[in-house]
Order: sequence, then C-alpha cells, then structure tokens
Amino acid sequence: MKSLEELAKVRESRREALKIREGVPSATEKAHVMMCGGAGCISTKCQDVVDAMKASLEKNGIADQVQIILTGCMGPCDMGPVAIVYPQGTFYRRLKAKDADAIVEEHIMQGNLVQRLLYRTPGAKEPTPKVDDIDLFAKQQKIVLRNNFNIDPTNIEDYIANNGYAALGKALTEMTPAEVIEEVKKSGLRGRGGAGFNSGMKWGFAAASKGTPKYVVCNGDEGDPGAFMDRSVLEGDPHSVIEGMAICGRAIGAEQGYVYVRAEYPLAIERLSYAIDKAREYGLLGKNIFGTGFNFDIEIRIGAGAFVCGEETALLTSIMGKRGEPRPRPPFPANEGVWAKPTVLNNVETWANVAEIIRRGADWYSSIGTQGSKGTKVFALAGRINNTGIVEVPMGTTLREIVFDIGGGIPRKKEFKAVQTGGPSGGCIPASQLDTPIDFESLTALGAMMGSGGMIVMDDTTCMVDIAKFFLDFTVDESCGKCSPCRIGTKRMLEILERITTAKGKEGDIELLQELGETIKKTALCGLGQTAPNPVLSTIKYFRDEYEAHIKEHKCAAKVCEIEE
Amino acid sequence: MINLTIDNRKVAVEEGTTILEAAKSVGINIPTLCYLKDINVIGACRICLVDVKGARTFIPSCVAPVAEGMVVNTHTPELIKARKLVLELILSDHPMECLTCRRNGNCELQKLAEEYGLSEIRFEGARTDYPIDDSSPAIIRDPRKCVLCRRCISVCTNIQSVQALTAENRGFASLVAPAFNERLANMECVQCGQCSLVCPTGAIVERDDTEKVWAALADPTKHVVVQTAPATRVQIGETIGAAPGTIATGQLVAGLRSLGFDKVFDTDFTADLTIMEEGNELLQRVTNGGVLPMITSCSPGWIKFIEHFYPDLLPHLSTCKSPQQMFGPLVKTYYAQKEGIDPKDIVCVSIMPCTAKKYECQRPEMNSSGYQDVDVVLTTRELGRMFKQAGLDMINLPEEEYDAPLGISTGAGEIFGASGGVMEAALRTVYEVVTNKELEDINFTACRGIDGVKEATVQVGDLPVSVAITNGLGNARKVLDKIRAGEANYHFIEVMCCPGGCIGGGGSPIPTNTEIRLKRIDATYTEDERMVLRKSHENPAVQELYAEFLEKPLGHKSHELLHTHYTPRSNYPEEEC
Repeated sequence: MKSLEELAKVRESRREALKIREGVPSATEKAHVMMCGGAGCISTKCQDVVDAMKASLEKNGIADQVQIILTGCMGPCDMGPVAIVYPQGTFYRRLKAKDADAIVEEHIMQGNLVQRLLYRTPGAKEPTPKVDDIDLFAKQQKIVLRNNFNIDPTNIEDYIANNGYAALGKALTEMTPAEVIEEVKKSGLRGRGGAGFNSGMKWGFAAASKGTPKYVVCNGDEGDPGAFMDRSVLEGDPHSVIEGMAICGRAIGAEQGYVYVRAEYPLAIERLSYAIDKAREYGLLGKNIFGTGFNFDIEIRIGAGAFVCGEETALLTSIMGKRGEPRPRPPFPANEGVWAKPTVLNNVETWANVAEIIRRGADWYSSIGTQGSKGTKVFALAGRINNTGIVEVPMGTTLREIVFDIGGGIPRKKEFKAVQTGGPSGGCIPASQLDTPIDFESLTALGAMMGSGGMIVMDDTTCMVDIAKFFLDFTVDESCGKCSPCRIGTKRMLEILERITTAKGKEGDIELLQELGETIKKTALCGLGQTAPNPVLSTIKYFRDEYEAHIKEHKCAAKVCEIEE
Repeated sequence: MINLTIDNRKVAVEEGTTILEAAKSVGINIPTLCYLKDINVIGACRICLVDVKGARTFIPSCVAPVAEGMVVNTHTPELIKARKLVLELILSDHPMECLTCRRNGNCELQKLAEEYGLSEIRFEGARTDYPIDDSSPAIIRDPRKCVLCRRCISVCTNIQSVQALTAENRGFASLVAPAFNERLANMECVQCGQCSLVCPTGAIVERDDTEKVWAALADPTKHVVVQTAPATRVQIGETIGAAPGTIATGQLVAGLRSLGFDKVFDTDFTADLTIMEEGNELLQRVTNGGVLPMITSCSPGWIKFIEHFYPDLLPHLSTCKSPQQMFGPLVKTYYAQKEGIDPKDIVCVSIMPCTAKKYECQRPEMNSSGYQDVDVVLTTRELGRMFKQAGLDMINLPEEEYDAPLGISTGAGEIFGASGGVMEAALRTVYEVVTNKELEDINFTACRGIDGVKEATVQVGDLPVSVAITNGLGNARKVLDKIRAGEANYHFIEVMCCPGGCIGGGGSPIPTNTEIRLKRIDATYTEDERMVLRKSHENPAVQELYAEFLEKPLGHKSHELLHTHYTPRSNYPEEEC
C-alpha cells in the first residue's frame, strides 16, 4: 500500500462487494451468512453447522451464490451457535447441523424466516428476527467490537472496507506525532487493562523519554477467570489492534511492536499472525507505510501460562525471555520497558479503540461515557445470568442495566445477590449498589474494580465466603512468589478461609483476614498482590453476616460449604 | 541534588540515590532483608517499606529513587505494624530451629525478629518443605530456611555469571534451586560459595568438616599437619569478634598448635613454589611459542568455571596445581621422607577462605602422592568454630612461628590472598630471573585493588610483558570472551574466582562485603611489607626443596607432583562430578 489513494480504492471496491451486509440485496449473491466463530460457539460446534450448510448449498446448487463467513465473537454465547443472515439481517440462535437445510432452503432460497430459530425476548410472544431490533444488542454501543458482526477476520479487505487503516493514514499524512498524542489525551481514553491510566499521557511520557529505539507493546495476556474480551477482539478483528499499535508507533517514534498473547489462545494467535502477514503484504506494516517513510512492524510473543504476566513489568520481562515476574516501578515502562527502552504498553481493548478515536476525533469519543471515564467498556458476563457472553456498553451504564436489560436477569426466578467485577483483583458488589453507573472510580469506591471487565453474577445459591475463597485460591496459585506479602500472606488468608468453610473458623478470624488483607494491599510488590485481598475484603464488607454464620453457627445459608453437622 | 524530607529532616542527596541510602546518610537505618548493596536490589522482601506522602501503597526504600520534594516517614505506627506482619508472615514459613542452626547468632532474619520483638506467630499452616541438598562436597542447601531473598541468585548470576541457582515454581511453592531442582553437585555450580556468603539465613551453608579434624587430632596414630591459606590470617580474627582487617598470623599459628596439630605449615610456602613453577612455565611458553595468554590456575572455582563454560580455552590454563594441591603431595612425599613418617599416617588439613577447595581436594587427579593429597579442607568459618569449641581466646594468644620447612614463606606468597597478588608475585620473580637485575621497586601497584579487570604492561628485559588481572567470574568471562575473539594480546592473566580475590572467598567470615574486603586487602599488603623476604625465588626453603628433592622447576618430579590436567565439562547434569 504505497498511498492513501490505493487504500481508498481497495476500500471502495470491497465496500461494493459487502453492501449485502448492510441490507442491500445483491444481484449476484443470495446471502452472506455470518456465523459466529467465537470460543463459545466453537464449543457448541458452529463448525458442524457451517459444514452442514455448505453441504446443503452444494446440494441445492447455490454454493457460488452464498458466502458463509466465520466471524469473531458476536457476544451472546449461551445462545450459540448464532448466525446473522444478510441481506435481511436475521439473527438465528442455537443452531444445529440439522438446521442447515432449513436456513438454506427456507430462508435463503425462499425468503421465509425459520421461526423456531429466531430470538425471543424473555416474556415476549413474538420473536425478534432482525438483529438490530434485539434489546440485547440495541442497548449496546460498539466501538471496540465494531466489526465483530460483519467482517471476516481473515480478510484484510473486509477490515479496510469498514474504514480500516484510514486512521493510520490520517495519522501519517495529516497529523504530527504530537497531534496524535494530543488527540488521544483529549479523547480521555484510559487503559482497559485494569488500572485505567490515561493512555495519551502514557504515550506522551514515552515520546518524551530519551532512549531509542522505542517499543509499542500489546498486552494480550488476558487471564481473569471467565473473561474473554481481548480474545474476542484478537479473534474477531485483529487488524484493529495492529492499526492502533501502528498509530502509537507513529506518535512516539517506535518502529517495533510486540503483541504478547497467552498460549491458551491458539486461535487468537493464529488469526493475529495471519493478520500481521496480510498487513505486511498490503504494505500496512513494514517499511515506508503509505509512502510516508514511516516503518513499523509487529512480532508476536506467546506467554507460558502465568497469569502474573498480565502485569506490565512481568509481561515486559517475559518478552525479554526471562522468568515472568514483576519488578518495582520506577522505572516505568514509558522510560524503561522492553530491552530497557521507552515502551508503551496497552491492552488489546485499549488498542482497539485507538483507530476510531483518530478517525472520528477526540470530541466524538469523549462525548461517550462519564466525566472521568470515556468511551465504552467491554464486559464478559458470566455466572447466574440469562445472557452470558460479551457485551459492550458506554461507560456510565448502571449495573442494573447490564445485568437485567442486557443480561436478561437471573435465571430460574432466583434473587440477584451480587456481581463480582474485576476478576480476582476485584470485589463483590451487592444488590443495594445495582444503580451505580459503572466507571473506573465508582467501582473502586465500592471496593471492587473495573479490572479487565469480567462480570460474574451471583444469586442466592452462591456462598460469598466460598466465592472469596475461589478467587483467592486463584491468586494464591498465580502469585509469582517474589514478594513475601503475596507469596505467604495470600496463602495464609486462603488457609483461614479454608478453615472457616470447614467449620474450623475461630473467633477473630474475620479481623485477622482484614488485617492481612489491608496490609497485603499496602505492601505487596505488584498489582496482583495489591488487589488479591479485594474479593475477601469486599465480601466481608457487604456480607459479613455470612462469615459470622460460618464461624459461629457453622451455617452456610447457600448450602455450598459442607459445614453443618 | 535532590531535596527531600525524611522523618521531618531535610535531606539533600544526589539524583538516583535510593530512599534507603538517603536515609542512611542522615543516620536512619531502615531495616532490610533481601537488599544487598550493588548486588541484590529487587524490592522483594518488603521489609524496607516506608511511607511516602501521596503514594497509594508503602514504598520499598531499597529500590525507590528519591524525588524532589518527597516527604518520607520511616517509622509511623502503620509502618511498624506492616513490617511486623510481613516479618511474621516470613517467620510463619520458617523452621524455628534457631538453636540448631549454623547461623544462630549471625542470622539477619533472627536479628530482625529480635529488633521487632515479635512475641507470637499467629499463622499455622503450610510450610515450605523441600529436601536438603547435600550432594555437593562444599555447599549445603536447606530450602526450608530460605526466605527467597534471591541474593544467592543475584550473586551467582550477576557477579559470577554462573547461574547455577534460579527461582523455580511460583507462589508459595517458590524455590531457589538449580534448574529443574537438580542437585547442586550435578550442575555447573563452581562451588565458589559466594551464595553462602550472602545468604541472610542458614539456607546455604558450607559443608562442615570440623568433626573429621577433631577425630584426626584425637587419633594418636595420626600425624596431623595443617596448612593455612594466605588470606586466612587476615580473616580469622573476625570469626571471634576482632575487627575486619586484623592481622592474626602469629595468633593463628599459636591457636592451631593449641588445637593439637602436629605441624603448622603455611600455604604461602607453596604459593612461593607456585611462582617458581608457573613463572618458568610462562617463560617457556613465551620462548617456545606455547599457548598464550597463559592463565593462572590457583583458584578451584575458576578452574571448574572454565571447564564448564570455556572448555575450548583449557590449553591457556597453567598446568600448575593450586598452592593447596602442591602442598598436599609434598607433605606426603618430601616431608614424609624427610621426617621418616609413613604417608598413610599423615592427615593433611587445609584452612582456606574457600569452599571450592573442599571440592578441589576431592578431584580424582589430586592424589599424586599415592594418597588423597589433601585430606580435609576447613573454611575460615569452620576453623573459627573450632577455636570457639576449644574455648581458645585465639586472638589474645602469644604469637608463634610456623614450622619449618613448609612454613617458611615470603611476602610474595602472602599477597596471593588478594586479587593481583599472584601476578605481582610472578612479576617480582620473572623480572629478576630474566634480567638478573634487582627490582628497584617491588610494589606493582597497578596489580592491586578490587577493580574487576586490571591491566598492566611491565618491561622485562627486551619484552614488554602484557598482563591482565580479573576477580569475580563475571569479569573473567569478559576477558575469556576477548581471548575467544582473538582480541586479547596478553601474555599472562590472573583470574580469581571470588570478588577481591581469596580474601573475599566463599569460606570467609560473614559478613563479607566490599568495605570488609578492602580492609582485608590492606592487611594483606601490610603483612607483605612486614616480611623480611618478599620474592618467591628468595625463599630458602623453596630453594632447599629444589636442591634436595625436586631438582629444578618444571623438572620430572615437579610434573609428577605439582602439575595437573583439566577436564571439559558440560553445563547439564553429569554422570559423574
């Protein structure tokens, strides 16, 4: 890709070919079937449906008039496998291989929707056929996952057709590096990895830092139990990450990027490396991009199974081939990151925002969200909730809207009890706080945190002591062992919880847990240790009675812990 | 300069200074455990935490640099409480075996517990329980006592560039061990013992061989002789409370005699002999086009290092045995014949500042007398314990002289204990032997000091002799890489395994740090100056040895008894070690 004109040419011609996905009937093609290929739908055998559909198309002699595209995650995992059939934009769910003929022969060939496979809003009599009309989707706002419904992640031209690489072009030809940084600052974009640091400021520090060369790093080591936001982006729209990183490379003067992806995400790695190859082929990575003299390339580094490598200094250490362990800061990565050189490190979701911010402007972006937290946030809904899966909502959406309007509420008519946000670093938020508008500050104030965006919903069959134990067990297992408070302190907390949940709790155990928890938060070396006590402290804060019942009466109201005689 | 406030006091320090050092500069000693200046600065133990105004968490003062206007408190009630809890947590995973621990009374963890007045450990639960590794002839690891401060890893990796130890597993199961939790004896560990020197607790200690020596001394059928390494006389005082840098040569001799050794000899004697052999070897290599640069071979940790990591460079090593291993066979041949003692009845004991010497004496080639040449090696630390057990106020004993003939030595032998000493001793002799002229100034000061790599050129007759001196294996590696790259135009290189040379060896008194090393070095050169004879070739006992027994340097007997060969080794578990 030697010029912006070439990019525009590809965009226009591909856009023409994809008009059917915007609802415009095509003269040559009968349908585009966008089959969700996210992790959830893969596990519910979407590939079988694809194979059956292909066979059916062959059988009916229309294979050359229908495209079946495996997309990234569409979100509603519990309904999987799901698909959208264009030009009608019909949303089908719980597909099985045996449904293939119906979709091909009834819908595609005769234009009759397959009623039994359509989505019905809980309580509604009539199905909602069009994806755009479905509540679950209508209440979301997609920036990060903007392309997940409608592109083939393995087709770079699909991405280009959806304005892909236009922002990079803009950053390279119309903006100075300082203007790019200023724009990102002004947008209010904050790191989506957990801490929520202003991304533009971070870029500014790295740009101002003296060392060379500089590096751009993407944190794809997502590891919170039940969270798969970043995975969805990498699998569904890998170019959005590549473009964001390249823009940053331009802004700070870096020519090399690394994407650190956990080894447990083989499909993400496959899609991303394919995307990197394609970007190189199209001249969107490599030397002299758009003929501007700007060079940028990306390498993938694969993790080795340590959760702590999601912590920035551990991740950078791991990239350098050393044991993945955090180190104290300063020096901050913006001054001394990979190979001790200035480095900008953001997570996948953050990177996926960047191109849209540059393309549509900081004012547009900062109009979305709350005072202190701009844009949208992707959450992974799990636990006792009807619509499990991935959602993207504007910052400031309340927990109630997410859990009940988008998430469809609690199944089996159970009572909502709490929602756990932020994974093992976060905390449990009780029903009384459901109307809190979510942003970085409000969640921290509740003793939880945004974290990377895991959201686990609990009903009255959940024991809060047990859930605290579950998360702490995870951190104890994932502690790197470098600093004493985390290595020994979290272990001791877990031992106390094990005691409490097996009728061996003692008077004073709650206070000891609090003392340990508060001290570990203040003394541990890295974010993992400093937040590890949160699940325990927040459950003590909101559900102390459950702890007391376990200790004093040997009672577990949720009947999860086997402690009663 | 950076201005900050520590405990309400205005402090001005240079940019880049840590809070810990800044506090120290105004007399505030923040407690530490994992920290070891210049060696291990990782902020892992979380004992040195301080309260920095505006910070979300407590800040590890050992790693955090000062900043303009920073307001630091080092002992608020919250901090004391937090430190106490961290300490309580560390102790909750520590075997409370202080009374039976080697480091009882000299343990940094014990000292912290005492200072913070912990009265109970409230946590009962899992304890680290990995088996003791006593596979090595020199070093014993007890992971149960390890506080995971990683000083050993840092010194082994960054100073010695050996990397025999590493952090393994994670979380509570974390462990410091050789890769794959292999046994130390099977690995590339060079037995230098620097890890035992920096360990704050009793997790890494030297193998204690004192019982063997007590038994030999008590055995009426045994003739027990002892040799003392050059460095030990400037170290031994520290083991019984004397200040670093105390010279205790005569007291050491008196003490050893009081313990019951039949003869008290000196490794300084064979150090002089080494100069005769090695100096002639160098001349021969220079004259006959032998492999150059020639590298010294006195330091057994160094020998094991080059065998593991640079086996291709083994031809550069002098074939001379170390002074300890020249001494052993001479005692069991020359001395035995002279005194009419059956060598099988002789027990040859060494006092060394070195753990690797324990390994060296057990190398299979070290039995040229027909017996194991050196039977037992004790470190300075172990000898200190023997003096205590014997109730000897060693440092206050009237000074005594070494026994003849193997106790007669020169200042040249003495300076073997400090980095550069072997080189300086060699230059004193080579110069005079080659030129037949007396040196005007025998002090080659360019050789001295603890700089990692020192270089000098000395005009010897027609030849400008180019030399290099390194201490610490990381520094040796730099020079070896130059040799490999063909960029080292030296004739002769001295390599000492341990930082500062033998006075900083792995068997030295604890603590040993740069400051203490410098004091021992000063003492070493003071001792040299006090000697009547300061050149090895002037040692009358060495001359007599050649006249009566060896005939000439590099002669047939020398080759049989005083020279050796080396073995290329892999870096992975070996069948035999």
